[in-house]
Amino acid sequence: MSSADPIAADPMATDSTASLHGWGRTAPSTARVVVPRSADDVAAAIAAAGPRGIIARGLGRSYGDPSQNAGGTVLDMTGLGVVHSIDADSGRVVVDAGVSLDTLMRRALPFGLWLPVLAGTRQVTVGGAIGADIHGKAHHLVGSFGNHVESIRLVVGDGSVRELTPDGEDSELFWATVGGMGLTGVIVAATLRLHHVETAYFTVDTEQIDNLDDLMARQMIDDESYAESVSWFDAVTTGAHFGRGLLMRGNHATAAELPPKLRRDPLKFDAPQLLTVPDVFPPGLLNRFTAKLFSELWYRKSPTRSGAIQNITQFLHPLDILGEWNRGYGPRGFLQYQFVVPIERDDVIRTVLERMSAAGKVSALNVLKRFGAANRAPLSFPKPGWTMCVDIPVGPGLGALCDELDALVLDAGGRHYLAKESRTSPEAIRRGYPRLDEWRKVRDAADPGGIFTSDMSRRLELTHS
Amino acid sequence: MIDAVGNPQSVLLLGGTSEIGLATVEAFAVDRPLRVVLAARPSERLDAARVRLEKLGCAVETLPFDARATDTHADVVHKAFAGGDVDVAIVAFGVLGDNEQAWTDVAAAVELAQVNYTAAVSVGVALGGRMREQGHGALVALSSVAGERARRSNFVYGSTKAGMDAFYSGLTEALRPHGVHVTVVRPGFVHTRMTEGMKPAPFSTTPDAVAAVVVDAVRNQRELVWAPAPLRFVMSALRHLPRAVFRRLPA
Repeated sequence: MSSADPIAADPMATDSTASLHGWGRTAPSTARVVVPRSADDVAAAIAAAGPRGIIARGLGRSYGDPSQNAGGTVLDMTGLGVVHSIDADSGRVVVDAGVSLDTLMRRALPFGLWLPVLAGTRQVTVGGAIGADIHGKAHHLVGSFGNHVESIRLVVGDGSVRELTPDGEDSELFWATVGGMGLTGVIVAATLRLHHVETAYFTVDTEQIDNLDDLMARQMIDDESYAESVSWFDAVTTGAHFGRGLLMRGNHATAAELPPKLRRDPLKFDAPQLLTVPDVFPPGLLNRFTAKLFSELWYRKSPTRSGAIQNITQFLHPLDILGEWNRGYGPRGFLQYQFVVPIERDDVIRTVLERMSAAGKVSALNVLKRFGAANRAPLSFPKPGWTMCVDIPVGPGLGALCDELDALVLDAGGRHYLAKESRTSPEAIRRGYPRLDEWRKVRDAADPGGIFTSDMSRRLELTHS
Repeated sequence: MIDAVGNPQSVLLLGGTSEIGLATVEAFAVDRPLRVVLAARPSERLDAARVRLEKLGCAVETLPFDARATDTHADVVHKAFAGGDVDVAIVAFGVLGDNEQAWTDVAAAVELAQVNYTAAVSVGVALGGRMREQGHGALVALSSVAGERARRSNFVYGSTKAGMDAFYSGLTEALRPHGVHVTVVRPGFVHTRMTEGMKPAPFSTTPDAVAAVVVDAVRNQRELVWAPAPLRFVMSALRHLPRAVFRRLPA
């Protein structure tokens, strides 16, 4: 079976063996894949799982290995894909865990409802979004995905179904499940609370800022007046323009702000995909030269301008215009290095960039954002501070460089995002997540047999110390 | 688990005092300390190897292992996996023997065949079973260019390596669907205890250089590599020489 398209290969299959990898296309492993269609199917698969355990998988957008389970069972949750109800007044939706955020948006938008938290792609499932407690460009105001979940239906280790709420009897397990990387059980459904919007468009202010210090300073000043805020920066240019970038911030457009042509259908879901990237790229295509070219074009394409009306793809998901864009990094795959450091340690951002540059590693897609408050989940990634994310193709010396960057991040009181993580040490996670043991206790109670296991939990020793 | 940049967390070395094997473990451990299982006959050399790896921050366990005792192999492999998944297993034991003795003395010939071939097949079967169950892992077999074409001067050794090479090349295909990557390594003349006092052949190399080739092969999931790399072409040429020419080459 092809490893590039492991699960979708045969939609009728309910049980097969497949080689699975994450979005970074590194470190594949082989597992038995089961496609459940109900909570009962999930419970049956848990009961039938062998000593290598079981883990849920959504659309495989985590970069590393949290939805792989070598030698064990992987549940392909996309078989649970029903949007059960949408309440236009309250904004409350009840959905199966395998529903993608893309599907949910398309269904909810006609009712004037918008998902308050969207990551860099809509191709993630609701279950995955909860499990990784994903964040988006609105984090400084609305927090992460878990903040908008009203309840979770979770199948735990003994096969029973638990209804979890953020403040109810099982609130500890609720918050352990938010950001818990699927290790507390299998999320089968959830109730979410969406926001009301008048249109599907944004009014966007773009600023070209020609050095890193100014780019960061601007985000400190008036981010709060924008619903969404993110900056892209150039990691190749050195000297006075080191870290030059684009600050892109926007608010939901009101109907009155739209040009007449768009006003006719203000809630139209306008998300084009132009082409799918073929799987033909050689290794080494991203190098100093192409990254420089890309950075120059990207920087120049968006001159400073305010009040532009943009659709969701233009503003939030520019990469979704290319399907399977991860193939562009070639057969050895790539990793995304994302961390957060406290606000006062903005020096780490600069040092990380300098170390990367000195090691000759180039990254074309670099994102910098200021996070708002953390939520109650022990393993939730966001906390107040700067988060930076870079994409690096896998090649010689990358492991040693990342180990060096880990030390900088952890010494500054920072941590790594598990949904992007693919190569750090168990020690780095223990240091970055001081509440790990608290989380383990809650997890172990929900799964005393230790049946929920993934390649990531083995690699990072998440489920046993 | 082997991570995205190719760092394993645990390594099993069968032939726990093999210089190439230990150099490989050290090459992995330089980037990230490992859990290491050294399987070998108890000896001072084994204890010294343990100390050396512990200095690099590795957690080292030693297991008594005798290549000749094939009936114990399944048990040894079982014990090696008792502490958790084995990400990389290296089959590094072997003996060179004395060719003139080996082709004229039954006991000497059988000894070579048992250690280099029978035992390698035996642990290969046991390792294959465990790795198939865990659904991931890298299995490295140290073969030799001597197996590519038998030469008068060391054909008994060469024949055993030819056999184990063929077995692991086949195992590569058998384990592929199970997420396990097998790498067959064909070093040329390596300066080790085994070759001490012998005249080095062209393209001779060192355990550290072979280790670098092995680490790179595991990280890139290569299935067949030569050490040093140009030997691939040298051996390809030698394989196609007419016998009349081949036998005239200097031993």
